[in-house]
Amino acid sequence: MRALTILFLLLSVLTVSCTETDLSGPSSNDFDRQAMLENWADNIIIPSYEAFSGHMATLHADAEAFTTTPNQTTLDQLRNSWETAYLSWQNVSQFEIGTAAQIRYRDNMNIYPVNTTELEKNIADGSYNLSLPAENDRQGFPALDYLLFGLSTNDGDILDYYTTHQNADGYKTYLLAVTERMKGLTDTVLDSWKAGYREEFVQNSGNGANSSVDMMVNDYVFYYEKVLRAGKIGIPAGVFSGSPLPTHVEAYYNQELSKALALEAIDAAQAFFNGEYFDGNGSGESLKSYLDFLNTMKEGADLSNRINTQFESARSQANSLSSNFRVQINTDNSAMLSTYDQLQRNVVFLKVDMLQALNINVDYIDADGD
Amino acid sequence: MNRSAVATYFQRTTSAAPLAVFRILFGIMMLWSIIRFATNGWIQKLYIEPTYFFSYYGFEWVKPLGSYTYLLFILCGLSTIGITLGYRYRASILLFFLSFTYIELMDKTTYLNHYYFISVLSFLMIWLPANAHFSLDAKRIPELRVKEIPQWCVDAIKLLIGIVYFYAGLAKLNSDWLFKAMPLQIWLPAKYDIPLLGSLFQQEWTHYAFSWAGAIYDLSIPFLLLWKRTRAIAFILVITFHVLTGVLFPIGMFPYIMIASATIFFSPELHERVLAKLRKGTSFLKIPKAEQGSYAFSSDLVKKTSLGVVSVLLIAQLLIPFRFLLYPGNLYWTEEGYRFSWRVMLMEKAGYANFKVVDPETGRQFYIDNSRFLTSFQEKQMATQPDFILEYAYFLEDYYKNEGIKDPQIYVESYVALNGRSSQPYVDPNVDLTTITPSLKHRTWILPFND
Repeated sequence: MRALTILFLLLSVLTVSCTETDLSGPSSNDFDRQAMLENWADNIIIPSYEAFSGHMATLHADAEAFTTTPNQTTLDQLRNSWETAYLSWQNVSQFEIGTAAQIRYRDNMNIYPVNTTELEKNIADGSYNLSLPAENDRQGFPALDYLLFGLSTNDGDILDYYTTHQNADGYKTYLLAVTERMKGLTDTVLDSWKAGYREEFVQNSGNGANSSVDMMVNDYVFYYEKVLRAGKIGIPAGVFSGSPLPTHVEAYYNQELSKALALEAIDAAQAFFNGEYFDGNGSGESLKSYLDFLNTMKEGADLSNRINTQFESARSQANSLSSNFRVQINTDNSAMLSTYDQLQRNVVFLKVDMLQALNINVDYIDADGD
Repeated sequence: MNRSAVATYFQRTTSAAPLAVFRILFGIMMLWSIIRFATNGWIQKLYIEPTYFFSYYGFEWVKPLGSYTYLLFILCGLSTIGITLGYRYRASILLFFLSFTYIELMDKTTYLNHYYFISVLSFLMIWLPANAHFSLDAKRIPELRVKEIPQWCVDAIKLLIGIVYFYAGLAKLNSDWLFKAMPLQIWLPAKYDIPLLGSLFQQEWTHYAFSWAGAIYDLSIPFLLLWKRTRAIAFILVITFHVLTGVLFPIGMFPYIMIASATIFFSPELHERVLAKLRKGTSFLKIPKAEQGSYAFSSDLVKKTSLGVVSVLLIAQLLIPFRFLLYPGNLYWTEEGYRFSWRVMLMEKAGYANFKVVDPETGRQFYIDNSRFLTSFQEKQMATQPDFILEYAYFLEDYYKNEGIKDPQIYVESYVALNGRSSQPYVDPNVDLTTITPSLKHRTWILPFND
């Protein structure tokens, strides 16, 4: 009996101390994770997708214009739209969550290098199903890169593929099939955000492995490590193979855009970290403010500053590169490797220090711990 | 205590009921654990899917058995039924110990203190007459139907449980735990969505309160359970503590196992009442009532062996956790002497290990994408523990030898963050790991810890 009394006393002490804070919601002392999710969804993710979706619509329309009347003017127009859309893509690629994850959006949009042999085979055969996973490396931006810049070294010859080539119709049809699919996938993702996923994302503010914060942070770190650091810089520079692979640069055939794409991706990743609105007018709760909140308790170094400083170093190193990574790798690969090192340092900050501070696991293995 | 007092102690007997209840609860808990493990798909995920497994030093020959691994789990599960029913108990508990321990040795990625606890406990139980009461064995063998067993048989389990708690408490007496509230200060704020308590976990004082309460709890609970006047309160504390930790942390069966184990401290009368009720509920088994007399080991040799093995085991348990004193440096950084020492929930370590393969003949060098060879769980464990790093380096050496590099050199660039500190370089990046011989000696290739 006495034991029970003590248990009740303990429980009532706990209850009283809880009521002192706030039962109805996060108290002013708490970091408001739901506000962070709202900021991510409403001010960053959805606006990024809206802008990108607009660029995709233009791209597809220009592809239609080009295939209807293939000439230098329409080609230049289409190339322009491709460039704008490709840069815009760098802002949404890091948000592979929800429908985007289900349909493996990124794999369909931007697997490079493009498999030109299979792509040409598709065009020659005239029968292909781009929704098959095996077709991932024959579509998306890299396929357009090849179709708009890589068919020949001079524009006249490229135009011939769409005019005088015996299978000109095949090239036109394929080009349109690619832009149509990209536009369709993009709209699928944007529509799902607007038709309910936004609410699901924001409401799922708990702390399980399947909560929005955990999933988004994992996706973000994965993106930074594998897609940005390794994909754009490390793999072409030969970090994982021992010898440089210039054919693995992003926008290989265009030859002028690879650096701009990498810089845009660095900017987007840093802006997301800091919770900056996509329209550039302000910022909200973010990984930075979350870390700063937790940092007030732990007397650790100011992690968010170190991450931002490292983003700056990586950006300035990347800025010193040639606009054409293919040229950069062939002339002075060491500058590529230095850029990789700068990006790599932030992998440690994001994946080790930040995940520890937020107590988010890098793995989803659902096993016991002790 | 003089010689005769020791001798008298080993003559002393007690009711066989507490050990019988313990056996039944242990069997049920283990059966539940095995079923839970299997239904969670963990056999597949942890022992079938990975292509590479990390071994314990000296147990490199223990590996998963492909699809026979399932059979191993089935055997282990069947043995728990034998334990629960007390059917061919010695064979059952021996089979359980062997199969369970084999499972644990297959991949050290899954090392957990409480799995080790189960191995030690089941080994201890091999030597105890836990089938002397309320068992199918006692139904079959009339000599087994005894009322009393040697006192030391029950005390050995109490001592083991006492060691687990007390040593876990001792381990908490360090500056990170007491004066930085680490790692609870990392873990608790992340539990913001727990009703009522979530908001409390955002407050620094809560982290300190939990840290101190945890240490005091661990250090005092064995004594509170031993003393009759505090036992009831202690048991309520046991339940409260373990339920709370069970809610907060992904520790699976551990809370229930500890709650069930603590019942051994209760009086024989209580256990007899429980058994009486159980006897009514299982009347179809026709388990005979205990008769008079006390348990006699089948021979003097068996008795002496049992007592000897149990004594050595318990003395080893008292000593092994202190082996870290033989190593220089910070225990949590180097992990030399960390395992098998009841350091439960004491450390938050995160790491990143980037392996570089160098072909000295051509000068060609490249980095490894760990996900090619390891699961994310293995990669995570590997990145913070030096013996994993070394073992993986050896694996990479073999792999690239097969790929045609004659004498691959393996270097690692690694960073580890410990208990909320900033990440620091971990392994000396200039050391070719293939030149290091695995041993239990102090690891000079780990960089010093800067606090």
